[in-house]
Amino acid sequence: MPDAQATLTEPVPKKIIANELAKSQKDIGVAEFFSRNRHLLGFDNKRKSLMTTIKEAVDNALDACEEASVLPEIHVEIIDMTNERFRVIVEDNGPGIVKKQLGKIFGKLLYGSKFHKLQMNRGQQGIGISACVLYAQLTTGRPAKITSKIDKSEPANYVELTLDTKTNNPIIIKEYVVEWNKEHGTKIELDLEGSYQKGVQSIDQYLKQTAIVNPHVTIIYTNPKAEQIIFPRATEVMPKKAEPIKQHPYGVELGILIEMLQRTEYRTLQQFLIQEFSRVGNNTAKDICENARLLPQTKPDDMTREMAEKLMEGIKKTKIISPPSDCIEPIGEELLEKGMRKEINAEFYCATARPASVYRGFPFIVEAALAYGGDQPAEEPVTLLRFANRVPLLFQQGACAATKSIISTAWKSYGLQQSSGSVPIGPCSVLVHIASVWVPFTSESKEAIAHYPEIIKEIKLALQECGRKLGSYISKKKRVGDELKKRGYIEKYIPHVSEALKELLQLKDEEKAKLEVELKELLEKTRGKLEDVEFDPTKNEEFDENFAVNNKKKKSKNAEDGEETADNQEDDLD
Amino acid sequence: MVLIMKDVVKEIKTIARDVNDSIMKKKSPQLDMPIRSLQNVVYDPKKGYFEMQEKTKVRTLTASTVKTFAQTLLMMNESKKLVETDDIATKREVYYISKNWGDAMFHEQSESDTVMDDFEALMRVNREQIGFIPEEKGGDVAGELVVIDKDDTGKELRIDCTKFGSGAYSVPTSVEHLKFQTKAKFILAIETAGMFQRLVKHNYWKTANCILISMGGVPTRACRRFIRRLADDIKIPVYVFTDGDPYGYFSIYRTLKVGSGNAAHINEFFCVPQAKFLGVTPQDIVDYKLPTHPLKDVDIKKIRDVIKNDPFCKYSKEWQKALEQMAKMGRRAEQQALAAWGLNYVITKYLPDKLANQKTFLP
Repeated sequence: MPDAQATLTEPVPKKIIANELAKSQKDIGVAEFFSRNRHLLGFDNKRKSLMTTIKEAVDNALDACEEASVLPEIHVEIIDMTNERFRVIVEDNGPGIVKKQLGKIFGKLLYGSKFHKLQMNRGQQGIGISACVLYAQLTTGRPAKITSKIDKSEPANYVELTLDTKTNNPIIIKEYVVEWNKEHGTKIELDLEGSYQKGVQSIDQYLKQTAIVNPHVTIIYTNPKAEQIIFPRATEVMPKKAEPIKQHPYGVELGILIEMLQRTEYRTLQQFLIQEFSRVGNNTAKDICENARLLPQTKPDDMTREMAEKLMEGIKKTKIISPPSDCIEPIGEELLEKGMRKEINAEFYCATARPASVYRGFPFIVEAALAYGGDQPAEEPVTLLRFANRVPLLFQQGACAATKSIISTAWKSYGLQQSSGSVPIGPCSVLVHIASVWVPFTSESKEAIAHYPEIIKEIKLALQECGRKLGSYISKKKRVGDELKKRGYIEKYIPHVSEALKELLQLKDEEKAKLEVELKELLEKTRGKLEDVEFDPTKNEEFDENFAVNNKKKKSKNAEDGEETADNQEDDLD
Repeated sequence: MVLIMKDVVKEIKTIARDVNDSIMKKKSPQLDMPIRSLQNVVYDPKKGYFEMQEKTKVRTLTASTVKTFAQTLLMMNESKKLVETDDIATKREVYYISKNWGDAMFHEQSESDTVMDDFEALMRVNREQIGFIPEEKGGDVAGELVVIDKDDTGKELRIDCTKFGSGAYSVPTSVEHLKFQTKAKFILAIETAGMFQRLVKHNYWKTANCILISMGGVPTRACRRFIRRLADDIKIPVYVFTDGDPYGYFSIYRTLKVGSGNAAHINEFFCVPQAKFLGVTPQDIVDYKLPTHPLKDVDIKKIRDVIKNDPFCKYSKEWQKALEQMAKMGRRAEQQALAAWGLNYVITKYLPDKLANQKTFLP
């Protein structure tokens, strides 16, 4: 900002202050702004910067593959160049990018295909990858190196570029054609400052969680210690391609509405409403106009601000059916549970998917899953796995709607400990996934889901559904445990009963033996058959120990006793 | 009351035989024991004590009761051995004996005490008769009294309770064989050792020609039985002097006078129906302007509970009135609060006043 204070203290009679001030008032470049406020994009510190770079590159790669209906195979490599510098290489087998677009996609902030359409995607704003390029350039001064090939009949293009922070435009440094033994795909190479760590909120964790909720993806990952980890795909089936949808009237804001009115090619208000919005037909359009006290024949061009405001009122008053939800592709209960099985060796798994719901006119679907018992520590808060549009959320757990929903769910009745206002305690992992054409994040770094009441309500309902299943498992387990204990009792104390009676009545040894037989029969008569209920840690065949090797949790070899359920358990448990 | 040794052994064997037989008949054996609580007693003023009713609880042998069942039988066996060899074991010793029982051992004395109480009620005898004695001593005695006991050779021993100086005679755990000689006019049973000390120090027993007994809180069975036998034998009245609070009234005085719900099967012998309550009454607190403390929550709860559930209180209008008066005041006073008017006020003024005007007593 200009030095306004200094100017004000010295009166300068003939000059008009505003004119003076005007000299130092000028455009702030988007790129300049972001280079100063990089924490807004997830580059707050070195560790997180490296993480964000991987995340943005992988998200883009996956989106590109899925858009082209190619089963994704992503290579991620991080090379430690010492002095806290790392080289990040991310390569995909996606459709590639035409030469003309390479510069803008990687070298211009707020440029992309996803912002303007409402479609379930990982990326949304078109900031991600170019911000990584900018960050790399700011910390090491080195350009981004991009190779892309769009078809086997075409040569691959190689580009080195930086970003002009004043104008927010790419500066191409080198550009030539190279040989690349690959049908199609894109590779980006960035040198940047960062720091690498394992554990919670690590790149390893992020990639693993990505693999859990994207079972159709293969990731080949080489970490800075030159260890290669492969997350192979678990299914050849691509998720159904998400279709873009039009804006639903309930989600529109006045400013956007005015802009849409000016831009539209349709001649009447009625046509405008029908064509530009989802779920608006002839009748609904008429109803909106009537409620807004506007003529359906009004030309959109002629609409004033006041009229647009009336139109907003009209939309609010009109009952419009919810937006279609087939544009959202949830992961599905089965695959979610499969993913959990791979990651956690537990005794009990369950998953649930809610029907689609709507916030601010945007459809969304919430899914939840949980894994209980087994190797997980019993006295720690449950592990939370949060996902939005198949992307793991690792930071800002406290600020997230998913966390709030978990805290405000009453877990005690489902058999976990919980003190009010905190995450429940128990040997349990909880997964929450929200899929939407527009996921409301609390910031551009996309780390936490905003607290919309509609979303929190849906998450809670999903958690409660899982909770109920968990509760009945835990109480069943307890019943079996109690039963086992009682059976142990019988074995343990029968000899004492017979010994006491033998001494009291001077019984002979054979009388005592007979007594014991009768006693055992008498006590077990009422108990019913019981299945073998030992917990076998090797029983979960889908559990992949290598896959779970990065898991932060300590493994206790002696997992808790009792799993499984005995179905025809009878209830004589006094 | 005295079941002789042979009967105890016979009864134990009968119970064991029944258990054995029903097991051999493939039936779940049961132990039938009276419910030990105030819910299962009635107060009959003619008899003067809490009488046990017929309510019983049945302990059936099942998978969940097998441990306690085994423990009960093992304890019966220990009891039989004790009675046959004319030996005794304290409650604590019984707890340690159980350490030889392997998995069936007790982990806390409270567990073994509960099994013992159940067994005692099952037999409907006093626990001394089945060979078990408590650790607690029976109370202290001072005053114009000669207790005639026996030494280990069976020779008569005359114990003069005036000859203990500043100390006192201790009531033994078993008092059935004792005989008494005295010219005292009444017995004064006192709640606290502190007040007892003061009265002994100033030879109050001589001044008032009485026998002083310190109960030390809720009187033990031996103490209750001692007072009862003494009062029956020499036919003198019993006055009770406790703190002015619900605990003093309905835990100490009521247990002494009419017995308890917990050991109802023996109340007939362990009560002192002739006992009267001297003080500190709620009215005393007013009349003597005693320094007080506010009633605690437990006190208020106890008052409500007693008025509602205690058969003795339900019978006695005076006690109901006294408790309501206390509840209304919301205050309680200790015996030693009398010291506010001078250390010996209790001797020179309070006790003589009260004894002279027995209308101020409570029944």
